[in-house]
Amino acid sequence: MASIFSSSIGRKFAMALSAFFLMVFLLQHFAINILSVFSPDSFNEVSHFMGTFWAVQFLLQPILIFGVVFHFIMGFVLEIKNNKSRAVSYAKNKGSANSTWMSRNMIWSGGFILIFIVIHFIDFWIPEINTKYIVGDMSGLHNGEFRYYEELREKFVPIWRVGLYCLGFVFLALHLLHGFNSAFQSVGANNKYTNGLKGFGKVYAIGIPVGFIFIALFHHFTH
Amino acid sequence: MNLTLKIWRQKGANDKGKIVDYAVSEVSPDMSFLEMLDVLNQDLIEKGEEPVAFDHDCREGICGMCSMFVNGQAHGPDSMVTVCQLHMRSFNDGDTIYIEPWRATAFPVIKDLIVDRTAFDRIQHAGGFISVNTSGNTQDANAIPIEKANADAAFDAATCIGCGACVASCKNSSAMLFVSAKVSQFALLPQGQVEATDRVLNMVKQMDEEGFGNCTNTGACEVECPKGISLENIARMNREYLKASLKG
Repeated sequence: MASIFSSSIGRKFAMALSAFFLMVFLLQHFAINILSVFSPDSFNEVSHFMGTFWAVQFLLQPILIFGVVFHFIMGFVLEIKNNKSRAVSYAKNKGSANSTWMSRNMIWSGGFILIFIVIHFIDFWIPEINTKYIVGDMSGLHNGEFRYYEELREKFVPIWRVGLYCLGFVFLALHLLHGFNSAFQSVGANNKYTNGLKGFGKVYAIGIPVGFIFIALFHHFTH
Repeated sequence: MNLTLKIWRQKGANDKGKIVDYAVSEVSPDMSFLEMLDVLNQDLIEKGEEPVAFDHDCREGICGMCSMFVNGQAHGPDSMVTVCQLHMRSFNDGDTIYIEPWRATAFPVIKDLIVDRTAFDRIQHAGGFISVNTSGNTQDANAIPIEKANADAAFDAATCIGCGACVASCKNSSAMLFVSAKVSQFALLPQGQVEATDRVLNMVKQMDEEGFGNCTNTGACEVECPKGISLENIARMNREYLKASLKG
C-alpha cells in the first residue's frame, strides 16, 4: 500500500483523483458565477456565504489549494520523468496520426492555466484575503451593500483582462478535452459507459469554459 | 518506383548515429518494405558498403521483430500491420521515407535499426506466467468453464506480440499497453487468479525500473498496435493494480 504512490500507476491514480476534485470545484465555481448574470442578489448572498462560512474557508479552501498545487507539481514531475524515457527524439514523428493535439500537449495547456490561476489569484483571491483577514472586515459590505457583484463587474471593465481570461478559458477547454476522460481511464473506468462518458466529457470540457467566457464578456459589455 | 530513404545508421550501442540518405530505384509496388530494404542491402554489399542492420524473423506479422519507425509512425502508415506486412504500394514514386529505430531509453539501439527489447522479457519474467503442475496430472484447461466474453477478451489480449510499437509511438515511451495485455490475458481467466496480486505488482514494478515513461492516455499505442490491443486493457491493469495494492 505504501508503495502505491511511488509507482507509475499510483501517480496516475493520484493525478486523476486531484483532477476529479478540481473538475467538481470548477462546476461549483461556474454555478456561483453564472448567478451574477441572472441574479446579482443571489450572487452576492452565495459569495458572502462562501467567503465567510468556516467550513468553506478553513476546510475546503486549504484542500482546494492543496489539490491545485499537487496537480501542477505532479504534472511537471511526470513530464520531466517522461522526457527522460526518450533521450533521443525521432527525426520524423507524426503524432497527429495517432493522437490528439490536446493529449500530446497537456503540459502546455496546463502551464498556461497555471499562469492564468496566478493572475486570477492576484485579481480576486489575494484582495479578498486581505480584506477579510488582514483588514479584518468580514461584513462583505461596501457603502451598506454587498460588494461582491460590483467588484466582479469592475474587474471586467478593462478589455485586456477580459481577453486574458478568455484565453485562459480556451486553454482550460483544451486541457479538459483530454483530461476529463483521461482521469476516468486512469482510475480503471473503461467499460460500456465509456462512449457516453466521452460525449459528456466533451460537453463539460467546452461548456464550462464557454460559460466562463460568456460571464466575462457579459459583464464587460453591460457595465 | 524511385525513392529516397533517410535511414538511421549507428555502428554500435555506444556509437553516435546519424541519418544517412540512400537512393533506391526500380522498387516494385508489390514488394514488402523489408524486401525493399533487402534490395537496398544487396546494392550496398555489391558496392562494398556496410548493409543496413534490421531485425526480422517470420515476415508474416507474428514475431514482432521488425521494429522500425517509418515516416514518423511505428510500422509505417498502414494500420494493423507490422513492417513486414507493409507494402511499397503504400508509398508514391519519388517519396522520401524516414526509417528509424524505436526510440526509448528502455530500448537502447544495438545497431542501425535494431534495438534491445529485453526489457519486455524481464517484465514477463517478473510475473507474466502461471505456475501449474506439469508432472503428468495437468487438468484439461477446457474442463474449467469460462464466460465467452472473458475468453474472447483474454484471447484478444494474448494476441500481443511484444513488438514494442506501443512504446515507440507513445510520447512518453510508456510500456503500459504491452504490460496491460500480459496482465489481462491472465486476469480474465480463472487460471490466472492464484498469482493475480503478485503478478500485477511485480510486472508494474519491473516496468517502472526499466525506465519506461508514465501513461498519459493519449491512445497512440492503441492506434499503432499491429494487433489492435485495446486501451481497455490498461484500465483493467489499473484496476488490478489498485486492488492488489490495497490487498498487499
